[in-house]
Amino acid sequence: MYKMDFSVVLQSWDLFLWGLWLTFAYTTASIVIGVVIGFAVCFSRLSNNWFIRLLARAYQEVFRCTPLLVQLLWFYYALPLLLGFSLDNTTAALLTLSLYAGSFYAEIFRGGILSIDRGQTEAAKAIAMSGRQTMWRIVMPQALKRMLPAFINQSVIQFKNTSLISVISVGELAYMAAVVNGQTYRPLEAYTVVAVLYFALLFPMTQVADYVERRLRVSD
Amino acid sequence: MDLSAPATREAKAASASADVILDATGLRKSYGKLEVIKGVDLSLKAGEVLAIIGPSGSGKSTLIRCLNMMETPSAGVIRYKGRQVETRFASRKERVGYGELRRHVGMVFQHFNLFPHKTVLQNICEGPLVVLREPRESVEARAMDLLAKVGLVDKRDVYPNHLSGGQKQRVAIARALAMRPDVLLLDEVTSALDPELVGEVLEVIRALVQDGMTMAIVTHEIAFAADIADRVAFIDEGVIAEIGSADSVIHQSGTARLRTFLSRFHS
Repeated sequence: MYKMDFSVVLQSWDLFLWGLWLTFAYTTASIVIGVVIGFAVCFSRLSNNWFIRLLARAYQEVFRCTPLLVQLLWFYYALPLLLGFSLDNTTAALLTLSLYAGSFYAEIFRGGILSIDRGQTEAAKAIAMSGRQTMWRIVMPQALKRMLPAFINQSVIQFKNTSLISVISVGELAYMAAVVNGQTYRPLEAYTVVAVLYFALLFPMTQVADYVERRLRVSD
Repeated sequence: MDLSAPATREAKAASASADVILDATGLRKSYGKLEVIKGVDLSLKAGEVLAIIGPSGSGKSTLIRCLNMMETPSAGVIRYKGRQVETRFASRKERVGYGELRRHVGMVFQHFNLFPHKTVLQNICEGPLVVLREPRESVEARAMDLLAKVGLVDKRDVYPNHLSGGQKQRVAIARALAMRPDVLLLDEVTSALDPELVGEVLEVIRALVQDGMTMAIVTHEIAFAADIADRVAFIDEGVIAEIGSADSVIHQSGTARLRTFLSRFHS
């Protein structure tokens, strides 16, 4: 019978902490960049120019319809062959995570904007607002509120997806579990600790998402 | 508020022969193959109240929505004070853009369309503050006057979802008036209201008539239209089938289509 002993792996607590910090940093950075990309792509898809719409759509479908794992491998191993210079693994990781997040955020933002009643736009136009004023003063504040639960959920997924960058040897939480396992030969303990850490971080976030969703339903 | 002094009907009739504020010539509007407005000429003079009546689907809403370019006409010309309206936001030279047009031609909708994320006062102040860029103090003072006029002073800090339909529509009217428009377009503003709330909105409109506000009103309240309008236009299948004084159109006309339409209201 296997005898569990967490003390061995917990001696490497500094590795776990470092991994946690890296995961947090990659996730946050890719969410921030992803939001910027998401807005740019969202407005491109709402553009009057069919070519811009097409480009944005193509980007979204490519990133939504291929696995993140494949994207990471492609950006790290394949893209440099096309570019003629290599990307270091951290750049490839951040780039891929951000582009992946952006494709999903764009759809959430677009859905939020389109969900706002046409009457709102008309009322804004009727008081002579410009298109830009209508978007930023009337449509967007309402849309942001409505898209918040989906945004939080997607960000939770993004947090978990960050674990995949370990396949191109970028250090983060899951990667550290592998390192600790290599040092201690204690896979059960090492991977359990990582799972518990993920859960401890993400469970509160999903609770916040549920809470926000409930609150919004009441105020609507 | 500083609308023109209360005018008697006679004074209004006299001024009605003077300046045309808004006019449409050869107006057409199609959605794909379906032509909804089939060549309409219409003018609105200062101080005049024009009621537009007609069966559902006759194109009366589309017509009034073309007057402030909420719908882009497929053909024909809209003029604001004699200047042709263009299908772009900014005005240039003699052409009026729809930005300028809408600063002077206000609109109130069937479904109120108040901004749910803004309080009553913020709804009313939004246009003057953001579009006209007037100082906050004078705008808020004017907004409070308007709230007094529509009887909702105590609701200034309330969000729209706490208001009844009639209250919402009165706020929407105040919001349109806050822009100090030359013309107000009312598009079936009582049609979405519970019957017992219609009266309070009609009362506000009646007060605007007293103030000499120039208005085009699409409505199903025939008796009300007959009572307040200087002219009534009967729209049928995308054309103005009949237009004239309220008396001549509603009470004396012998046209079969119009009689059939009106008979549904008298029953």
